Amino acid sequence: MPDFNVRSDSVNVEQLMEQIRARIREKRGVDYTEEQIREIAAVRLERFLDPRGVRSGLLEEFQRTDADPNYAFEDSTLFDSSKAPVRWIRRLLRPILRLFFNPNPLFEALHLQAQLNARNATRNRLYYELLHNLVVEMTRLGIEVKNLKMRVESLSARVDFNERRARALESVVVYKAGEEETTEPEAAAPVAIESDAGRGAPAPESGAPGPGQRSRRRRRRRGRRGGAPAASVFGQHAPAAEGGAPAAVNTAAEAPPGREPSAPPPAGPSSGGSHDGGDTGK
Amino acid sequence: MKLAVVVQRYGSAINGGAEAHARYIAEHLARHADVEVMTTCALDYLTWRNELPAGREEVNGVPVRRFPVAHPRDPQKFARLSVHVFERPHSIGDELRWLDAEGPTSPALVKYIRAHEHEHDFWIFFSYRYYQSYHGARAAAPRAVLVPTAERDSTIGVSIFAPLFRGVRALMYNSHEERAMIEAVAGNEGVPAVVVGVGSQIPADPQAGRFRQKFGIAGPFVVFVGRVDPNKGCDELFRYVERYVSGGSRFSLVVIGKPLMAIPDHPSIRHLGFLDDQDKYDAIAAADALIIPSPYESLSMVTLEAWALGKPVLANGRCDVLKGQCLRSNAGLFYDNYQEFAGALRMLEERRDVAAALGDNGRRFFREHYAWPVIERKYLDMFDRLKREPPSPPMEPLPNWLERRRVDRRPAIELVDRIPVGPVRPAASTGGEPRLQEMAR
Repeated sequence: MPDFNVRSDSVNVEQLMEQIRARIREKRGVDYTEEQIREIAAVRLERFLDPRGVRSGLLEEFQRTDADPNYAFEDSTLFDSSKAPVRWIRRLLRPILRLFFNPNPLFEALHLQAQLNARNATRNRLYYELLHNLVVEMTRLGIEVKNLKMRVESLSARVDFNERRARALESVVVYKAGEEETTEPEAAAPVAIESDAGRGAPAPESGAPGPGQRSRRRRRRRGRRGGAPAASVFGQHAPAAEGGAPAAVNTAAEAPPGREPSAPPPAGPSSGGSHDGGDTGK
Repeated sequence: MKLAVVVQRYGSAINGGAEAHARYIAEHLARHADVEVMTTCALDYLTWRNELPAGREEVNGVPVRRFPVAHPRDPQKFARLSVHVFERPHSIGDELRWLDAEGPTSPALVKYIRAHEHEHDFWIFFSYRYYQSYHGARAAAPRAVLVPTAERDSTIGVSIFAPLFRGVRALMYNSHEERAMIEAVAGNEGVPAVVVGVGSQIPADPQAGRFRQKFGIAGPFVVFVGRVDPNKGCDELFRYVERYVSGGSRFSLVVIGKPLMAIPDHPSIRHLGFLDDQDKYDAIAAADALIIPSPYESLSMVTLEAWALGKPVLANGRCDVLKGQCLRSNAGLFYDNYQEFAGALRMLEERRDVAAALGDNGRRFFREHYAWPVIERKYLDMFDRLKREPPSPPMEPLPNWLERRRVDRRPAIELVDRIPVGPVRPAASTGGEPRLQEMAR
């Protein structure tokens, strides 16, 4: 539990309990067992509750309706009267009445029934509130799902764009690598990305620097500003890096384990350091 | 000063909470005053059968006078009357019949109290709910000091007890929550009162290693000490522990106490039965924490014992008293459901620094509030104060014969439902110290 930041010399139980409850709130929803999740997933809630079909003012509407009638029944109710003399006479005669039958069970039953009625009324209100809360919660979840869908679509679009951009950059590298093959064929051999050569951009004129060249220069400058010494960036062949061939060898040598030496170097701003060195081949 | 302690059962072998409480108080006050204990001949709190001889004897140096119980408890009659009084409209006569059925019905004890009221400066009655306290305190009301040991159950809603709480000379509460509850029921804020509780006989050198060696227990564990009873929350505790350890915890549960229910056969639950005090304290010293799953406690002595030994406590949050104690002491965590149980136990398991700090707080809380010199001083201060102050007004008399038969009492549970719930929290203004409710009014 690394996220409990409690100093042992100033423990406060209320704060500790609040932290525990906060963790529970965070975990809620992923705390189900596998069976429970399957069970929940198997139920199509839409069959029971369709938020679009439920009126938003359900609770208010229910509350507007008249409550079920009820009565109050106490042990004195039967003998009560608004007139004091009548009340007095009834109280006087009550013991005589009790000689004929025992009214206590009647009092108890009617009193209990009145209580049950009151409880039912409360319970009905709770049921409707529960229903209302469920609908609200489902609506909220529906909105959240829609938002998440939109985010997924947006992310998917960005991934597509980045892929296209990566391919475009790779094609420039392929083009330049192809150019180097003519001067240093033995050094360029490990960068075996000929399959992408067909998609390469046309070679710029030697006098005017093309977009690929500008990009490489930018990356080269970024690599130097990055704090690492040029020798470490370009390897021991740094002075010859402008020649390009040793850098291509370097790329193959520094490829991480598991990656084929012939795989294209990663494109984009996140790739730096030795990969930049690999890209500097002319 | 001459003091009399009145309690339903008494003896060094009786381990009930209120009875042990009474014995500890009697033995400690005997160092400052002449103390005599008045009790019954009963040993069993379910039947109240006369099992000990009537007359005088001495227990741990304290003179004890025993009186016979007129009739044992009839469980069926008591259950029937309990349902009637707790759940239905009834009369005061019904409540008095219920009290008589509950027992221990000892008119001889009450008669003795009435006849010898002036021979003692104060009569200390334990457990408001029993026959001897109700009738005894009424017989010696101007000198009656009541230790209610009240829990939040239906009995507190029985209407005959409200005049008792208003009419005794003073009240010695076990906890702030108990005081709040009784004041809500009886409106007795004017009666001199103090929150005291009880200390405990903690041995000087409990040895964790001795316990582990004797019972072959290795690894971290939490301990439950008490009656293994569903009413004490044990069924829920076992369920929670089984679920918790299935998640890969190294904790196990050691259960100490007489079983009144089946204990699950689980590798992480070890039942050791009833242990003597030395083993019990050794077990608490060896444990990582004490668990109190009971939802009804007026004062858990074992909780105080764990704190005295510097161990944190995990308590049932549905018990206001335990929750309040944990909050005021900063020495225990509590739970209302499984998620909180698991979260709190995980914290005690993984954050040893937090557990140790909670234990330190518990040790300090015990020393400041429940060490014997503190308890004795509170009693003696109260007696001094009662001697100085004018006597309280007489207790309200019982209604006449006709009135007692009027079915005008509400079901006890209705009253209990109306009592405010929740622990008494520490006041922020005092920098985390408990609200000073124990200051006598």
